[in-house]
Amino acid sequence: MKRLLTLTTAMGLIAGPAVADVNLLSWGGAYGNSHLEAYAKPFEAETGIKVNMADADNPATPIKAMVEAGNVTADVASVEYADAVRLCDEGLLETIDASMLMPAEDGTAAADDFIEGAVTDCFVGTDVYSMVLAYDDSKFADAKPSTPADFFDLEAFPGKRTMRKGAKFNLELALMADGVAPDQVYETLNTPEGVDQAFAKLETIKDDVIWWEAGAQPPQLLADGEVTMAYAFNGRIFNAAQGEGKPFKIIWDGQIYEMEGWVVPKGAPNMEEAMQFVAWTTSPAPQARAAEFISYGPPRKSAAAMVGNIEGTEEPMGPNLPTSEANMTNALGSDLDFWVDHDAELNERFNSWLAG
Amino acid sequence: MAQALDPHAAIATTASGVETDDGPLRTADGMPLARALARSQTQARRRAFLLVLPLLAFVMITFVVPIGQMLQRSFYNDGFSANMPQVSEWFAATEPGTEPGEDGWAALAADLQASAEARTIGVVGTRINYDVPGTRSLFTSTGRKVRDGIEPPYREALLEIDEEWGDPVLWGAMRQASTPLTTNFYLASVDRTRAPDGSIEQVDPRQRVYVMLFMRTFWLSALITGLTFLLGFPIAHLLATLPTRKSNLLMILVLLPFWTSLLVRTTSWMVLLQQQGVINDILVWLGVIGNGGRLQMIYNQAGTIIAMTHILLPFMILPLYSVMRTINPSYVRAARSLGATSWTAFRRVYFPQTLPGLGAGALLVFILAVGYYITPALVGGSSGQLISNMIAMHMTDTLNWSMAAALAAILLGSVLLLYWIYDRLVGIDNLKLG
Repeated sequence: MKRLLTLTTAMGLIAGPAVADVNLLSWGGAYGNSHLEAYAKPFEAETGIKVNMADADNPATPIKAMVEAGNVTADVASVEYADAVRLCDEGLLETIDASMLMPAEDGTAAADDFIEGAVTDCFVGTDVYSMVLAYDDSKFADAKPSTPADFFDLEAFPGKRTMRKGAKFNLELALMADGVAPDQVYETLNTPEGVDQAFAKLETIKDDVIWWEAGAQPPQLLADGEVTMAYAFNGRIFNAAQGEGKPFKIIWDGQIYEMEGWVVPKGAPNMEEAMQFVAWTTSPAPQARAAEFISYGPPRKSAAAMVGNIEGTEEPMGPNLPTSEANMTNALGSDLDFWVDHDAELNERFNSWLAG
Repeated sequence: MAQALDPHAAIATTASGVETDDGPLRTADGMPLARALARSQTQARRRAFLLVLPLLAFVMITFVVPIGQMLQRSFYNDGFSANMPQVSEWFAATEPGTEPGEDGWAALAADLQASAEARTIGVVGTRINYDVPGTRSLFTSTGRKVRDGIEPPYREALLEIDEEWGDPVLWGAMRQASTPLTTNFYLASVDRTRAPDGSIEQVDPRQRVYVMLFMRTFWLSALITGLTFLLGFPIAHLLATLPTRKSNLLMILVLLPFWTSLLVRTTSWMVLLQQQGVINDILVWLGVIGNGGRLQMIYNQAGTIIAMTHILLPFMILPLYSVMRTINPSYVRAARSLGATSWTAFRRVYFPQTLPGLGAGALLVFILAVGYYITPALVGGSSGQLISNMIAMHMTDTLNWSMAAALAAILLGSVLLLYWIYDRLVGIDNLKLG
């Protein structure tokens, strides 16, 4: 017995380092679930490398804390693009060698297959989500709202609105509603007059806005009848409409899309496995699979066609994704450099404006 | 006459000591009694200290050290000075306001290049961006261009990359950041900024937000403390005077919400107070208000006040109750029998005796309210935001932890100041939690 024990222990020691785990830091909720089902489980089955998932409110915050304290326990983390830019610039992330990313099934190189900006020095995109306008279909019998301008039209479309409590997204939306073309939005916002213009437009509906803080609030406010229109993340509206059968409709006109993706914290304990995980999960098939769990689009062009039905139903997921062609006709890509530069300044002004 | 003064010490003075010994009292082994006593007391103290040592270590490791480190960030940020050594040296060697010569430009270019190679350029840019918004990308984009080398003349080369490098405001900000110690985060926390010439001025009126939020936080906390007192005092009195069986039942009603999750209670208030919520529905059904005139009771200051008052109520009731229970009812009866009206008896005899509980409850409620975060975030709307919401924003959204630390330090300082005032006015010995 004792010998057996010694033997197994020794074997465990030898085998130990060879099958290191990947510690994945994700967001929890439906989004975390898509990571578990589409990435972690199949990766484990395919490679035998165990994936340990942990959740955080926003994984960027613990990463900053971990690296600065020199005690890194996560190997891969899912973060928003803006945070990836910031963390990368501050030297808190490992660089990811883009050449290890897998090519598309038809042989197209990964660099050409990913949409623009989806792969940077430290970041590989996993999904595209967007801020969209949504309304309660049952509240508008005749004309339906269809543009950002309609969101600001309290006479034609009465009722309260709900918007995210913060400057980001709202300023862009206000400018688009004021007739600024999507490709001019950030140019305009870069001037003091442009910022004034955006705040002036927001002022027109200020008294009729309920400001939300958590992503789960807007569908709840719509469902309770507190508001008739919402400006929210597309995944949340989709889940309420699809999963709970609510009469919510999404307006894709004027959507502002952004990316989330993997980063590897500086000094990650299982670097090799982490890179393997990043490469495998960003290949087209897992990306398409993840989009079946949550309505966030894959950032690889070749993955778009591979997205099947909404998990558990017979309906195609395609039309619900921000990346589908029909939804992209009047869309704005969020400018991360702009927001990393002006985040604090514009949020201070926003909060001052809110309180005033 | 010779008694064992301390049970820990084996003291035995000789019976004959009184007549024969002319020195001090001694123990059996000949040691002076005073010294033996001191030694045994030191031992007892050491043993007592060993008992609290685990707690002390726990508090140090999990509380004092992390908070100290966090607070340090509010006045110490070496993001620029540590990664831009040459230009920092140039700043140290020149007078404030000096027009940068070619030596200054050369130091800047060399630092930018080194920092871009070491991937610390973002830290540098982020640090300057705190003071001059919009400059982070100036540093990172310039860094990408100079990473592979830059040729003199450096002034022309950098201005060629971006004209903004010639901005005196930028150079002023770099000079301020060239030493790691800074008061800028504290200045920003009170809506002040440093002009390029070093003088302190208020920020643009449209950017002012922190002073207003601090005032609102303290005003709302005081109001909530007052409301919990008004609501909690009669209940605590009832609890203390009812027969045990009835008061136990009432106590459970007080404690039940206390045991319920904070989030559950906050969301219940949403269900009750929102425009399509229970209270508005009932008012409409009763005909008190029309369907179009539903009251806005949540997502504004009213929502914050109502929800926080409810959540913090037990913290006022419990200390009051425990003090009231110890008040002897015969005092009031005596006052009444001596001719006091019931109001006078309450005001001059009963109420002063409840002060220790009131003080403890008020202090608890106020300090908790000052730091409240999740409830105002969820039900506060735009007018019910507190300063803690801005701290959270800087912690999680803008990742400007120095600013979050400065705001938190000011909050902590003001609470300590209030505590000190309380101590001077009421006396901290007069505090009773139970």
